[in-house]
Amino acid sequence: MIVVEDVRFSYPGGVEALKGVSLTVKNGEFVAIMGQNGAGKTTLVKHFNGLLKPTSGVVRVNGVETSRSSVAALARNVGFVFQNPDHQLFCETVDDEIAFALKNFGYEQTVIEKRITWAVNLLGLSQYRKTSPFMLSGGERKRVALASVLAWDPQILVLDEPTIGQDHRQKENLRQFIMQLQTQGKTIVMVTHDVEFVAECNPRVVLMREGKIMADGQGKQILTNSELLEQASIVLPQVAQIFKHLITQGFPLNIIDIYEAKNLLMEKLEKNKT
Amino acid sequence: MSVFDGLKFRKVYSPIHNLDPRMKFIYVIIIFAVAIIFNTIIPLLTLFLMQVPFVMLARVQKQWLRSLRGAMFLASFIFFINIATNFFTQGYTLNAKNIEDAATMTTRFLVLVESFSVFFLTTSPDHLGLALEQTKVPYEFSFAFTTAVRFVPVLAEEAQTIMDAQKARGLELEKGNFLKRIRNYVPVLIPLIVSAIRRSLELAEAMEARAWGATKKRTNLYALKFNKGDYVLLALTTGVLIVAVYTVLYVPVPTIRALLGVP
Repeated sequence: MIVVEDVRFSYPGGVEALKGVSLTVKNGEFVAIMGQNGAGKTTLVKHFNGLLKPTSGVVRVNGVETSRSSVAALARNVGFVFQNPDHQLFCETVDDEIAFALKNFGYEQTVIEKRITWAVNLLGLSQYRKTSPFMLSGGERKRVALASVLAWDPQILVLDEPTIGQDHRQKENLRQFIMQLQTQGKTIVMVTHDVEFVAECNPRVVLMREGKIMADGQGKQILTNSELLEQASIVLPQVAQIFKHLITQGFPLNIIDIYEAKNLLMEKLEKNKT
Repeated sequence: MSVFDGLKFRKVYSPIHNLDPRMKFIYVIIIFAVAIIFNTIIPLLTLFLMQVPFVMLARVQKQWLRSLRGAMFLASFIFFINIATNFFTQGYTLNAKNIEDAATMTTRFLVLVESFSVFFLTTSPDHLGLALEQTKVPYEFSFAFTTAVRFVPVLAEEAQTIMDAQKARGLELEKGNFLKRIRNYVPVLIPLIVSAIRRSLELAEAMEARAWGATKKRTNLYALKFNKGDYVLLALTTGVLIVAVYTVLYVPVPTIRALLGVP
């Protein structure tokens, strides 16, 4: 469980990036943090594994105050996948890359082997185990970065812009993957601009603006509130846009899911036929 | 990264910022030369203090102090290496001369850092490139130089992100003995170098796409010109050089030991 209490944070240059943020993420929850550039999304999630320590206020992860713990100790429970995989890949093979964190955490060699096999199978990388990560495509590198974090099986997973540079199929794989992790009871926090991806996942959405949380609720409620989204410089998901125009036809407003939308439209069509 | 912060240009309007970068470069070269021809502490300290009004005039005191603070590690290293070599080569004894000599070397280093820092703090990379170009340095070289300067802060920021990413994977940079600590930086350096190379290739393509090097002769929107202030500085630095050479040749400069009467 992540508890953020009235956190303020200023960067050394003096820019105040968080201006009093309070947020609780329960175990097993799936949260998407959204907002325009510079809203403080990444700054906020960097507090979850202690990369940044609050200037004032408290962040607790599973009851441990982050300002009293090292990043390495917190990272055991909080896996953080950075936006750009090139910022972390450095080993000669994919296997070594995945083993890096496991060695840092002091796992036994036999356990490391098992975890690598598990992680590469999970992310469809088993044919690249002895390949250099630098030879892989962008999407594959991103998956190696994800595998290297998942390998130690952290309870909480933070994903910073996971969909950037991914084609449609990879995005769909990622979505299914996140759902799978969720059924295993993992807590997932995702920072993203990708409103369509969020609409498909329908998680809890936390909307940030200028260092503050401006809205917090189910994706269905937040992503169909056009005024709120406009303030956060986010456009409505396409499905929500259609239903916004269809409101005069007696359709409900809070629809973001394609299948739900299809069913409603089919129903209406059937009704019109008869 | 405090050393780099102490060298990063910020736009301020001051008489020093408006000087021609070529003149400022001459100033740096002369300070360098003078710092090297003296090997006693009093002239070097004078040289150090002489530049302080210059810094004040440029209103970059804060950043300048930061650059000196960043240089402190190397400065103390120079001081102790000097002390240590004397200590070990003289059969484990030290005298006042050794200490003064070590202080002299350290002061000389600080003078160099000081003038270098003033130069970079008050000269925008664009001006620098322009100055190189107008002194007939081939454009390829001047461009490479200004690009390198411009990318220092970008790389520093990237290094920070990479450190964060590796820390998030359990890397503890401060752990272990000296050798282990150096090895800890491998996971930071490799991505940094790879990404710098990638970035440079991308930059090269982007430049070619904008017709870089299409014509032999380039024109410039701005041209540098020597103004009144530049001539004043030229006179001052020439004066300093003449006085320095004269002092070295004809004036016996006392050491602090001699002034204090210590053997």
